[in-house]
Amino acid sequence: MLDLDAESIYFQLLARVREHVAGRHPLLVGVHTGGVWLAERLRADLQVGPEVGILDVSFYRDDFSQGGLNRGVRPSRIPFDVNGADLLLVDDVLNTGRTVRAAMNELFDYGRPARIELAVLIDRGGRELPVSTAMVGRTIEVPADVSVVLSRDDDQRLHLRLEHDVEG
Amino acid sequence: MHAGHDSPQPDAARPMNGPSSAPATGARSLQLNADGELHHLLSIEELPRTLIERILTTADGFIAVGSREIKSVPLLRGRSVFNLFFENSTRTRTTFEIAAKRLSADVYNLNIAASSTAKGESLLDTIDNLTAMQADIFVVRHGQGGAPYLIARHLAPHVHVVNAGDGRHAHPTQALLDLYTIRHYKGDFGRLSVAIVGDILNSRVARSDIHALLAMGVTDLRAVAPLTLLPDGLDQMGVRVHTRLEEGIRDADVIIMLRLQSERMRGALLPSAQEYFRNYGLTPQTLRSARPDCIVMHPGPMNRGVEIDSAVADGPHSVILPQVSFGIAVRMAVLSMVASSQPDSK
Repeated sequence: MLDLDAESIYFQLLARVREHVAGRHPLLVGVHTGGVWLAERLRADLQVGPEVGILDVSFYRDDFSQGGLNRGVRPSRIPFDVNGADLLLVDDVLNTGRTVRAAMNELFDYGRPARIELAVLIDRGGRELPVSTAMVGRTIEVPADVSVVLSRDDDQRLHLRLEHDVEG
Repeated sequence: MHAGHDSPQPDAARPMNGPSSAPATGARSLQLNADGELHHLLSIEELPRTLIERILTTADGFIAVGSREIKSVPLLRGRSVFNLFFENSTRTRTTFEIAAKRLSADVYNLNIAASSTAKGESLLDTIDNLTAMQADIFVVRHGQGGAPYLIARHLAPHVHVVNAGDGRHAHPTQALLDLYTIRHYKGDFGRLSVAIVGDILNSRVARSDIHALLAMGVTDLRAVAPLTLLPDGLDQMGVRVHTRLEEGIRDADVIIMLRLQSERMRGALLPSAQEYFRNYGLTPQTLRSARPDCIVMHPGPMNRGVEIDSAVADGPHSVILPQVSFGIAVRMAVLSMVASSQPDSK
């Protein structure tokens, strides 16, 4: 049985990020929705930047023609100049790497950042693109038909659970 | 056009169809796929409120894209959008073209002068030829109500149609951008008083707006026009009819003005443009009977001095130009949603 205590995994991630960005002040960009919660939390704990950027990568996904837009889209919002910026992209789960690719494509349509790095709460393997990062809360192995789902309760505490995908 | 029994042919002389008596041809099955996703956009009628809301929310995302330095996204890269306009249009055709280009689609504009004979044959022949050129989406404006339905029934399952105005029947993207505009300025539809003023009888915009506003839960919806320009059946749909302008717009939050088409004057429905303006032209004086924070909308093109005074069209209540900008984002939402829907055979 996997121990998925999201709060303690978050503190692992925070320690990794703090070590990695020491002496720098990256601007944080969260990927909807879990990545935004994590980015907000990291921003407060690291005391970097006035606000986090928000990306909904729906318009950049490569699985668009498989019904991609019908799950609903929220506006992206990048409240700072991306040109020359030191960016830290934050997501909840790293799997195929396709979301990261889509997010980088979208960021480049806002400008030319000086650097983009990646922080994720969970790395579940299964990469289909050359994406990797040292800023990981925990690396786990789960079967392909299982989703790792992050949620946040009313007290802003994070929770992780495993869900079997419904065929469809 | 030889659309025959195959096609809904809304007729201005008939009562306006209510939501419960929508075109008998099953708009739902044509427009939506088995998963309830938008496959074609033909009419607002029978679109569930949740789907309308999803279109508006998706448009929010494209508004954000429009404020960036790079205003396009790669969603429709490699897809071909054919603008097929059998009737003249500048604004609608241009905004569809901009919308498709901002989605990175390849856009082809075909202005086809409508011939009065044998259109049924030639219309579907045209569609077949363009489909053979790998068209993915047709944006169609046609003088005959029902033409986009005829095309939708004829097409291969992976090709999509968006109705850009068919006869007096429907103009669904205009209604969606009107909803977007109202939601942007006024929020919650349930508490709003909305007045539609002008040639309701002959207006596809009015028809689509009425269905859209009722679907979104507007309870105080009014139609304001001389009796000769009002269709039957509005009462039964829950639309209150007014023949006096000041009465009709009293305490309104939203006023939608319609274009008065000059040919109506020749048809003896109206005495003259001057007299129409005297009774139904929206001026700063008549506007005083609406709410002080009301918004004034118009689908364009405007006849200044006929249905609307320049002081109102250019005044602080006017949101006519923002409507045009929102129209691009709404059309991006519609094009990308139909393009991402799967045929039923999935």
